[in-house]
Amino acid sequence: MHPKTVYPYIPNSVPQVKAAMLAATGARSIDDFYADIPAALRAPRAMNLPAPLLSEARLKRHVQGLLARNRPCSEVLSFLGGGCYQHHVPAICDEINGRSEFLTAYAGEPYEDHGRFQALWEYCSMMGELLHLDVVSIPTYDGLQAAATACCMAARYTGRQRVLLAGNLSPDKCSHIRTYGRSTIVFDSFAFDAVTGSIDQSALAAQLGPDVAAVCIDNPNYFGAIEDGPALARLVHASGALLVVGVDPGSLGVLTAPGDYGADIVCGDIQTLGMHMNYGGGHGGFIATRDEPALVMQYPSRLFGIAPTEVPGQYGFGDVAYQRTSFDKRENGNEFVGTAAALWGITAGVYLASMGPQGMAELGEGILQRVAYARAQIAAIPGVRLAHPGSAHFKEFVVDFNATGRSVATINALLREHAIFGGHDLSGLFPQLGQAGLYAFTELHSQADIDTLVQTLALVTRP
Amino acid sequence: MQDISAARFTRGQPHLRRYHQARWDEPVIFELSQPGERALLLPEVEPAIAATAAAPLPPGMRRAQAPALPQLSQNRVLRHYLRLSQETLGADLNVDIGQGTCTMKYNPKINEQLARDERISQLHPLQDESTVQGMLQVMHEMEHVIEEVSGMDAVSLQPRSGSQAIYANIAMVRAWFEARGEAGQRDEIITTIFSHPSDAACAKVVGYKVITLYPDADGYPDLAAMQAAVGPRTAALVITNPEDTGIFNPRIAQFVQAAHDVGALACYDQANANGLLGITRARDAGFDLCHFNLHKTFATPHACGGPAVGACAVTQALAPFLPHPRIVKDGQRYRLQTDEKTSIGKVAAFMGAASIVLRAYAWVMNLGADGLREVAEVAVLNNNYVMRQLLQIKGLSAPYANGKSRIEQVRYSWRELSEETGVHAEDIGLRAADYGVHYWTSHHPYIVAEPATIEPTEAYSRADLDEFVQIMAHIADEARSTPQTVTSAPHRCPTRRVDTKYLEDPRQWAMTWRAWRRKLAEHGAR
Repeated sequence: MHPKTVYPYIPNSVPQVKAAMLAATGARSIDDFYADIPAALRAPRAMNLPAPLLSEARLKRHVQGLLARNRPCSEVLSFLGGGCYQHHVPAICDEINGRSEFLTAYAGEPYEDHGRFQALWEYCSMMGELLHLDVVSIPTYDGLQAAATACCMAARYTGRQRVLLAGNLSPDKCSHIRTYGRSTIVFDSFAFDAVTGSIDQSALAAQLGPDVAAVCIDNPNYFGAIEDGPALARLVHASGALLVVGVDPGSLGVLTAPGDYGADIVCGDIQTLGMHMNYGGGHGGFIATRDEPALVMQYPSRLFGIAPTEVPGQYGFGDVAYQRTSFDKRENGNEFVGTAAALWGITAGVYLASMGPQGMAELGEGILQRVAYARAQIAAIPGVRLAHPGSAHFKEFVVDFNATGRSVATINALLREHAIFGGHDLSGLFPQLGQAGLYAFTELHSQADIDTLVQTLALVTRP
Repeated sequence: MQDISAARFTRGQPHLRRYHQARWDEPVIFELSQPGERALLLPEVEPAIAATAAAPLPPGMRRAQAPALPQLSQNRVLRHYLRLSQETLGADLNVDIGQGTCTMKYNPKINEQLARDERISQLHPLQDESTVQGMLQVMHEMEHVIEEVSGMDAVSLQPRSGSQAIYANIAMVRAWFEARGEAGQRDEIITTIFSHPSDAACAKVVGYKVITLYPDADGYPDLAAMQAAVGPRTAALVITNPEDTGIFNPRIAQFVQAAHDVGALACYDQANANGLLGITRARDAGFDLCHFNLHKTFATPHACGGPAVGACAVTQALAPFLPHPRIVKDGQRYRLQTDEKTSIGKVAAFMGAASIVLRAYAWVMNLGADGLREVAEVAVLNNNYVMRQLLQIKGLSAPYANGKSRIEQVRYSWRELSEETGVHAEDIGLRAADYGVHYWTSHHPYIVAEPATIEPTEAYSRADLDEFVQIMAHIADEARSTPQTVTSAPHRCPTRRVDTKYLEDPRQWAMTWRAWRRKLAEHGAR
């Protein structure tokens, strides 16, 4: 028997209580309850774990000691993007997602969890306004999963087997999509234009055919370049395929909603809508479509709907077409569904309600302007170039360091000495770009921040 | 002087709570909108920035109209969401043992505080490794914890849920057989009907035909059926133990052996691991892969359904197939490794939900090995205690394995009560909400008639458990005396029963406000 510690999170670890409960069950010891576990299956030894930090004070000191080994973006100037972004998180977002009721709720019915259903339905509704689409799913894991599922939905809907992936998607997204969909889908990719960073429409046209279920693009793409959505939609639809578009929802205050230029399935990540970066833990995926029953029935994730109750004037909510899901039909449902990222959906709702139309428009416009300014300033540094100089960009763009004779790794190491996290090193992911870094700018970057970056880049790339 | 305390008891028993959930009759947020109001101002754009000319957008790519989001001042946004939060019954507020199979536990507040520290919340996943050594150490040490709990050799914490971990494990099964040139031949996965629906659904996503075993007369997975089902086409067995019935299958190693005998792998779904920490491990029964849900067994918040983490644990032989990247410790330095050619690649963005891993890590560091075992033992004690009490209620039974103990949960049946009164398990759940507790029936299909799965975990006191039992007994009495009270429940929740026809009919379903308004305009009110 181990020592009789009374554990603060385990009320019945009090020895007398335990003894009384054992007596009530008629068991002699707790081991009686484990009688069905054969000796051969018993763990051969106690777990080898560090000595416990039983007091909250010691635990806090230990964990904070570990965290002190991190250098957060709040203490430096960071220009990292590539799928996760440092935006301002309104205090009200933290306040709501920290509320015990939301934080610790799980799978309640639409009655005792009415507020959870309404908050998530409202999140979907606000996303619907941003995306200009009538159907939005309850959050899935992240933008990668949303894109993977969007491809599978398109294949089921069209009955076709090929999906074309844009060559300027995030490599991680491609990896997940391919692993996830490969049992039912044949994936091919098509090239991007080296000069613009955008999709090469003739390369895409050459691959389109009657077997193509969908074309999956990001707009803005991984390099931050804004694709010609309407032209791509026309091209894709002419072959009878669906256009799957991944978007940064934070761009939609200024960029046309994909549904308005013909995207059939829109997907993406809500991390930018009120979630901290959390070392990549702040992600949640969304999937949205028009309200066409045949398309709606392809969603694997939960869809919440509004409905009347027995009381006139009372809003009720519940699961729409639950029989689509694996919860109801196991392997005969669509893909699988379970715990995903609901709290981030509620939080994104708080964010969108706080920003409103004006806030989202100003956010988008301000980022477009900061990017334009940063591009002009960076392009003026001797030896430093823009990889895609003629294209319009949102939030991020590729900086070409090939002419400096320095590697991105070296430049970033030097920038760190000046408390700057430079752009994400693309040299391994896109070898055709050579030494290039992906730099991101948000509403948090002031002119002084950008000027500091430019001056320091000039310094560390000086021959 | 009035003895207020004494009036709260009858014959030594506390009265049932006079609970009533907040009912705010809160409008949909769009109805609260007041044009011109706003809740947040953004950093201004300096003149030099505003004056810079940008490259023109491609034609048709500039949004014509701002999105029709609601317009509210900040205090009105806050009030709206606080009202909705009050209309939500979190585990912090109720004895949430009625959400069996989901392991509802206390989520310590210190862990929440730590996870909201800027030295984790403000980390970018692509920062240089030298600037995230603390985070990598936390994740690496949590991998070690999972290795200790499972007996396995290597772990990935990348999946963002238990289901995604099941998916990753089955994707690794596929990769394993591809590496051996057997993928074409092995196209079947065997699972059981009492396992989570995702076990079957993930196998299908990865491309397998699913064979489902049903329980034998005693409620165990049918070993004879397993032996008949395995063969050269079997890729893996995917099974949990105990299953959602709470009955431990003592022949689990024979199931694994039957899979191994035909060259197949065995995956352990460890979503139900809470009663087994430090007692028995996946490795001890011969499994090749397993997974845990950190938001269940390791006490991180369920958060209305995520964010979450699923941990994949595998033997050394399967380690090269784990998702990328993996954390490697070189001396005292941690780094990320992505060069394993046989890896299944990514299953989630970046390293998964790191702040959830931090919470689980803090929970384990607080408890240690002895504490984890205490978690298991008290969870099992609580479960068997509750079973004894609940089975005193006439009309409620625990099918299968009569007289035997259960591990961490029990699937009960209200069949007898339902046949006698016409009250269904679902009605009982809705009536339970009137007493401030959540209760859920169970996953489909209902192999156990009129089911309810109760999982007390270690997190509830004896008094909490007694209260839950008392509520169930009271509702069973009501089912006989005033069944209408139960079948028309809930009465004290924010809303009454929903007209579910709206949720099934494409002409009436509305997943957004814009769709609802459009359909009202098109079809009119009935």
